[in-house]
Amino acid sequence: MSDAADDAPEELPAWSLTADQAAKLRDPAWPSRFTREWAWGGSTGKGVRVAIVDSGVDPDHPLVGQVQQAVTIGDPDKVEVLADTEGDLCGHGTACAGIVRSIAPDCEIVSVRVLGAGYTGSGPVLMAGLEWAVDEKFDLINMSLSTTKRQFSEFLHELADDAYFNNTMIVASAHNMPVESYPWRFSSVLSVGSHDQQGPLTFFYNPDPPVEFFAPGLDLDVPWIGGSTLRCSGNSFATPHMTGICALILGKHPELTPFQLKSVLHGTATNVEEAAP
Amino acid sequence: MSDDPMMVAVAAGVLSADDAHRALLNSVAETARAIFGAKAASIFLYDERTDELVFEAVAGSGADTLIGRRLPSSAGIAGWVLVTRQPLVIEDVRADPRFAQDVAEDTGYVPKGIMAVPLLHQERSLGVLEVLDRPANAKFTLAEMDLLGLFANQAAIALDLTQRSRRAREALEGGDPAYAAVATVARRLDEMGADSAAVRRLLEALADVLGPADGDAESAAERPMRRRRRA
Repeated sequence: MSDAADDAPEELPAWSLTADQAAKLRDPAWPSRFTREWAWGGSTGKGVRVAIVDSGVDPDHPLVGQVQQAVTIGDPDKVEVLADTEGDLCGHGTACAGIVRSIAPDCEIVSVRVLGAGYTGSGPVLMAGLEWAVDEKFDLINMSLSTTKRQFSEFLHELADDAYFNNTMIVASAHNMPVESYPWRFSSVLSVGSHDQQGPLTFFYNPDPPVEFFAPGLDLDVPWIGGSTLRCSGNSFATPHMTGICALILGKHPELTPFQLKSVLHGTATNVEEAAP
Repeated sequence: MSDDPMMVAVAAGVLSADDAHRALLNSVAETARAIFGAKAASIFLYDERTDELVFEAVAGSGADTLIGRRLPSSAGIAGWVLVTRQPLVIEDVRADPRFAQDVAEDTGYVPKGIMAVPLLHQERSLGVLEVLDRPANAKFTLAEMDLLGLFANQAAIALDLTQRSRRAREALEGGDPAYAAVATVARRLDEMGADSAAVRRLLEALADVLGPADGDAESAAERPMRRRRRA
């Protein structure tokens, strides 16, 4: 085998790794300790595709900016998606999109509406919306929603794992109450709770999961429908902060897998970075 | 309702349980209002049959007039919380288009700030607990969100009990002969004593005839969803 052939990318083994193959597994040179400057310095999230699975996104809100695509679910049994012209019917999705954009202004945003007028939604519609987003291989999926129905948990678990191994990071709100809900409890998603400090880039790694990260979630002025803003609290709004930070990181390091992305988040978390020698 | 003494006894039990559950709900609402120093606190029950939210307990403003009042389940902040099953805290609801101003005016009390939390029991969203107008100078904290969640658990259990006893009462009031027959069987079994060989034979025979209970089989509605992969 020639040297040139040795340098060619080789399909990695699925279930085993010989010493020979291990020697060829190259990872880009990571700094011994990564800094925020290395992780996202200079990034605007450009080139990163973010799906907001929620109540829709107001396409005309000045704090959201351009929405690249908006879809809603037709027949959930067929994962049928339709172009969505309704915008946002309540404000929740607009808030999430606005928070992501406030941190990563140049990321692409696609709205996947799974809640309807009058807040009617159903488990199958939510599942179909998320499934579509996973199949579309978005870089990031913001999901400030969860379901408490166990009948969906196995399906959601499969979806979360598929996303994780296809380089899609699902960023999911932890429930604000001590109840079982999904998908945030799965380790293949990035789960987010709230902290009460200021600063959009202040986030904490939690060494005592299931909630993995805490981001700002208290008294936030967020964009709402009709071009307005509203002061809100809750994990729903902490979650898009982490999505935005992920978009910054992937904008600068698009090659990162979800595992690596989580590692970078750990290394740059406020509590980890400040504790470093 | 039947004149059968057993039925009357069962009905009396159900009715007194309903009163006790209502007292428990009122107590939860009153305690939530006091703990948060709020102007009012309300507990809504979700009525699946009519798709409405019903005021079940009210502490503070509106306590005398709102019990039993019905709202569309999609109305306002409560509707949002019911569907998303996530708590929500809003400092100034007047700026929130989800806030149903007309519904609030109709109830006679228009709040400024709302803390709302879903009442979740097992997999169901039974209703909503709202705490209205905490002290104006008190900054909301995450600890209060946790506290609200604890109250919600208590209220959810009380709501679940209320719903069960109401269903039992409706069944009795409906005068269904099947319930009278069940009451008769229960009374005769009670008279015969649980250790009677005849009782055991009867129960075994009944089990053979009835087959497995509904809960033993997986219904279509509860069958786990499977992942569909695109070609």
